[in-house]
Amino acid sequence: MRLIDLKNYLSKWLIQMKNNFRVSVSLWTLTVKEVRRFLRIWVQTLVPPAVTMSLYFVIFGSLIGPRIGSMDGFDYIQYMIPGLIMLSVITNSYNNVVSSFYSVKFQKSIEELLISPMPNWSILLGFVLGGVCRGLLIGIIVFGVSLLFYPDFTVANPLLTIVVLLLTAILFSLMGFINAVFADSFDDISIIPTFILTPLIYLGGVFYSINILPDLWRSISMANPMLYVVNTFREGMLGVSDVSISFSLGMIITFILVLTSSCLYLLKKGTGIRQ
Amino acid sequence: MAEYALEINNLQKVYDNNIVALKGIDLKVAKGDFYALLGPNGAGKSSTIGIIGSLVTKTAGKVSVFGNDIDTDLNKAKSLLGVVSQEINFSQFEKVLDIVVTQAGFYGIPKSTAMPKVENILKRLGLWDKRNVQARTLSGGYKRRLMIAKALIHEPQLLILDEPTAGVDIELRREMWSFLKEINKNGTTIILTTHYLEEAEQLCRNIGIIDHGTIVADTSMKDLLGRLNVQGFVFDLDHPLDEAPVIEGFPLKLEDPLTLVAAVNKDRSINALFSELTKLNIKIKSMRNEANRLEELFIEMVNSNEK
Repeated sequence: MRLIDLKNYLSKWLIQMKNNFRVSVSLWTLTVKEVRRFLRIWVQTLVPPAVTMSLYFVIFGSLIGPRIGSMDGFDYIQYMIPGLIMLSVITNSYNNVVSSFYSVKFQKSIEELLISPMPNWSILLGFVLGGVCRGLLIGIIVFGVSLLFYPDFTVANPLLTIVVLLLTAILFSLMGFINAVFADSFDDISIIPTFILTPLIYLGGVFYSINILPDLWRSISMANPMLYVVNTFREGMLGVSDVSISFSLGMIITFILVLTSSCLYLLKKGTGIRQ
Repeated sequence: MAEYALEINNLQKVYDNNIVALKGIDLKVAKGDFYALLGPNGAGKSSTIGIIGSLVTKTAGKVSVFGNDIDTDLNKAKSLLGVVSQEINFSQFEKVLDIVVTQAGFYGIPKSTAMPKVENILKRLGLWDKRNVQARTLSGGYKRRLMIAKALIHEPQLLILDEPTAGVDIELRREMWSFLKEINKNGTTIILTTHYLEEAEQLCRNIGIIDHGTIVADTSMKDLLGRLNVQGFVFDLDHPLDEAPVIEGFPLKLEDPLTLVAAVNKDRSINALFSELTKLNIKIKSMRNEANRLEELFIEMVNSNEK
């Protein structure tokens, strides 16, 4: 009897292992496909942030920066670096997932995934990992560019920096995914990044500390979620922040959990992808 | 062991815009069958296939693939199923090889294991020489082949093809027929929808006709064709005629001065017609069946369903 139980247990275990292996392969395949996609069009995906950020560093850092003086005790160009890296990571993570997932919907190649036995969480994770890879790669590129303009830059808290970078890339990849699920046209995937995301990031302390604002605007700025992301990252890179780090990290993680649940619910329901 | 490759019970689909696509259809396809699902545009064929492949959500009913209910064993059902959709559904900017290897990966087959299979299937479908070209540069026929390669890479036991030869030239269509016959012979159950009724007649053993979301016929091809009471024959004449001869019991019409078309009732012998034609000194050079027998039945059934 015990031998039969052991045999059954081993058989179930083997099936489970086989299934885990199959899901791992499918997740790896989707992630590689996503990374290959943005690397294939590197002129559209990797070069523009490097060029734009170089211009920011030249104009606001080297030309105008010395006239502004210091910000929270740092050279202006040094103060700007974390903000500009965050700006690039947020927009690229978001744009990667929103454009990639909408494209597979538009080209109907989403059917390749829906017909396959890939679980929904694995489909979501594959797209998010694609967005995270692009976000991190862009972050590294922009940091590399910033070192050309400010070679003495040292990271105050590398662990916090990496954690915030990862969490931010995950958070905005998830947001991009939800945007793509509801998008019905290419206009729908550019409206939110252009009219909501970018203004909030610019007003979220990329270029300035909210301490320089009048009380009213400072209070209004506190309602901007981007402020927490940018400042937590600045705490990691420079050791200064306008907001509480533990509160910000808690909020970022909460949002990631809420958005992940929402994405999985939408996938299960088939919103925007199944008739 | 499941008796059927596909079992559908009371399948219903009502779209968000209140269009009723399926009104509770029942369908059984035996293992190893080559089954044709025919119907006019908007009859419910693609909705049925969409539900089986989980591209469309069903409103009610049950669907099982080799005994695996798509409500409870969806992933198992999916792993046994390959679907060739009506519309091109691969990334047009990727290389042919990458598309098929990626599809294998989605089924949990790692690249190293998939490569020999990919090479084999691409060679069989004449795509191996084009493996490194971007899919968007392929002609329509090659894109169709690529769709089939993708659907077969995980060696499904049930292959569903939604109008696979639409817009494909005759030569390629016949090549595809021979390929599909071969994989069916090797044990893969095939369900085919097509607008080319000749295709269904050539390939399929059993047939279902769907119209306005209901199954109006589900039988063997032989039985269905046996229901035809009248067969059409086309005669190529040796000498031109001015008008069609009148022979009792055999309605004749002249398509052109050298082509005579006869409608022969199944209970009449064609020898009698030949004798009468010989008496009238009409010489026949050659003869063929009038295309397409299935088409007549199809139109008849769909029309009677509309009444």
